[in-house]
Amino acid sequence: MARPTSASPARTEPTEAGELVARTHGRFHVLTRYDRRVLMLMVGIPLLFDVILIWWPTASSILLSFTDWDGIGDLTSQNFIGLNNYQFLFTGYTLFWPAFMHNVIWLAWLTFIATPIGILFAVLLDRELRGNRIYQSVFFLPVVLSLVVVGFIWELQFNPTEGFINNALGVVKSGHIIDWLGNPHLNLYAILIATSWRHIGYIMVIYLAGLKSVDPTLREAAKVDGANEVQTFLRVVFPVMAPINVVIAVITAIEALRAFDIAFIINQGKNGLELLSILITNNSISEASLVGRGSAIAVILLVISLGPIIAFLARVMRTSQ
Amino acid sequence: MGDSSEAKRVRHAASGRIMVPNTGIELPLNLDLSRRDILKIAGYGSLAAFIAACGGGSPGSSGSANVTAKGGSVSIGSNASDPGVKKGLADIVSAFTSANGGTKVRVNTVDHGTFQNTITSYLGGTPEDVFTWFSGHRMRFFASKGLVAPIDDVWSSVKGNFTEGFAASVKGDDGHVYAVPTDYYPWAVFYRKDVFAAGNYKVPTNWDDFKSLCAQMKKDGLIPLAFADKDGWPAQGTFDIINLRLNGYDFHIELLTGKQKWTDSRVTSVFKKWSEITQYYSPAFAGLKWEQGADQLLRKQAGMMVFGLFISDEFTASGSKADLDQLDFFPFPDLGTQYDAEKALDAPIDVFMMSKKSPTLGADSGQAKAFLEFMAKGSTQSIYWQSSPGSIPTAKDTDTSQFPALTQKAVQIVSNAKRITQFFDRDSRPDYAGPDGMQGFLLKYLSNPSGSTSSLQGQMQSFWDSLPPE
Repeated sequence: MARPTSASPARTEPTEAGELVARTHGRFHVLTRYDRRVLMLMVGIPLLFDVILIWWPTASSILLSFTDWDGIGDLTSQNFIGLNNYQFLFTGYTLFWPAFMHNVIWLAWLTFIATPIGILFAVLLDRELRGNRIYQSVFFLPVVLSLVVVGFIWELQFNPTEGFINNALGVVKSGHIIDWLGNPHLNLYAILIATSWRHIGYIMVIYLAGLKSVDPTLREAAKVDGANEVQTFLRVVFPVMAPINVVIAVITAIEALRAFDIAFIINQGKNGLELLSILITNNSISEASLVGRGSAIAVILLVISLGPIIAFLARVMRTSQ
Repeated sequence: MGDSSEAKRVRHAASGRIMVPNTGIELPLNLDLSRRDILKIAGYGSLAAFIAACGGGSPGSSGSANVTAKGGSVSIGSNASDPGVKKGLADIVSAFTSANGGTKVRVNTVDHGTFQNTITSYLGGTPEDVFTWFSGHRMRFFASKGLVAPIDDVWSSVKGNFTEGFAASVKGDDGHVYAVPTDYYPWAVFYRKDVFAAGNYKVPTNWDDFKSLCAQMKKDGLIPLAFADKDGWPAQGTFDIINLRLNGYDFHIELLTGKQKWTDSRVTSVFKKWSEITQYYSPAFAGLKWEQGADQLLRKQAGMMVFGLFISDEFTASGSKADLDQLDFFPFPDLGTQYDAEKALDAPIDVFMMSKKSPTLGADSGQAKAFLEFMAKGSTQSIYWQSSPGSIPTAKDTDTSQFPALTQKAVQIVSNAKRITQFFDRDSRPDYAGPDGMQGFLLKYLSNPSGSTSSLQGQMQSFWDSLPPE
């Protein structure tokens, strides 16, 4: 401790919290010096971590995206190549637009197929069917697994000759093998099925929690007014669930943008499974070590991600007010 | 030291004969070689013609005790993650510990592919003292970036145990030695002897025989060529060999290092030739891992497979000695060009190197060098070979009498080759050879091999052009 006198300021200054304290420059503060120190620590420590772990890497990425640094040795002024990385990505890089499109397909699939199914399951389970708990556990089980494990599991299912799916379909015997993971027109959808397997349970749980909090009198009122089940859900329950709906939409968007694990496990994201996140990895932290190019893709992904992130934060802040 | 032996080799080669040291073998090398060619061969780690001296010969003079140390500790970063090779290294480590005064060895085994992908950050971060790597362009790259330590002192005490071909394969661009070669293996066409006997098949030596054999096997209900390219690199082995046979060693190496264009019509001809056999590949090959392709051969579902000798690890893993005894191979058939005579093939050399940035190297340097010296012994390499019969020892004092016919034959075809390459991803730059580059391009080609490849070749070239200077 540099200054022992300040070790216990609360005792040396017998001021009650909330009392106005006259300072030497004549200004008045609501908080005691002790309070302010505690506050500073409480804000400062998280801020420090935030800067070190989030802002510094982000700023570094942006800086590196203007270089051709190969990850070896120091960054020198000769490494700076202006906008070359970006120019190449948009015009010369044959994998960028396919990867971008795959992310868009991923988003569309989750938005129009997986998430609605999750919501449907939640609505069905909300009706207290028999064996409710069992269904709930079954659908939720994949959520407990990491996507890497999900990838391994589905890799085994989709294996052309030894996998369950081709053998169950009988195509191994007949010789017309479906190459689920090797066919570049098919494998994206194969892993989207694997992703949905987990995503559906995730959405289901969140939505179910939301449904439980809907005031039951609203449904009763709707029933009294003669609305059927579908009308009740679409016109009454769904609008009431607006805050949850936004959370679901944002989660879906973020899941689509950060899609990585399964495709990387299957084949390192090549041959039809290119994704923006995988291009970042393959360029910057693979043996290739094209740190600058990888960073440029990362910056583009960051810009795209800002949309859902801002929507999410806006919603969270509004709710907490 | 390098200069004088280099000069001697040039003189020998210029006279058209190469004397293999310590043996009576004189190898004809009646090729019209310029000095530049000779240097190139040395530079690209060719062990052609020198390898015949692998067996016999006198062991290297061990000693120069001051660079090595006993006791203490050393750490090893290993990519030997498959069961066979992992056991091989573990056996070596325990032999080393007891031979070197109880040196504590810490082995950090990383999945083979992951090790390769993270090598740059690994070597630039806090690597182990000693690590496993490959010879070729990739070894010289890290040497020139200053990420590995030269080991000339170790080499001077063990060099007598290696042929000049191996000596050339561990030298950096600056002439210093950076690695100890521990094993190598050739790529060839593998088959089961019993399957060939049952089908009355003959080993093809030219392209037409090869194709008609494939057609016959297909008729007989076999998959003619097992092929499994989910990992992307196995296809590069086939590209290498067709390009070598069709366009020759010089063009191949120049293409892989950017001195030739991917849009060249000679590259087109490789794809065209290749497309004549793709119809005989395993169904759904883009979704299969190489182990599954090797299994098709093992289980007699497939007739042949273009692959490396380490395919025998899969046969060993089957647990039946009878299976391993049936495994045989022949060199890739001739394509009827002037380059057939080169008998060129991929024969990658695995090495051990010392990392410069290891935080413990200051304390462990003596032990690390002792370990590298230990790895240069034939007796040590034999321990590894026993667990991984697909890796042929490099040391001269290896007891070759224990080698089965398969290994003997592998040594033979490599020594018959006048040109040796390391493999696509070791001869080219990794950003080009990797999943975003050639692995992806070849998979794209294989999805429609009979179509026009001109736009694909354009993509290959523009991708090369987009890479920053190495």
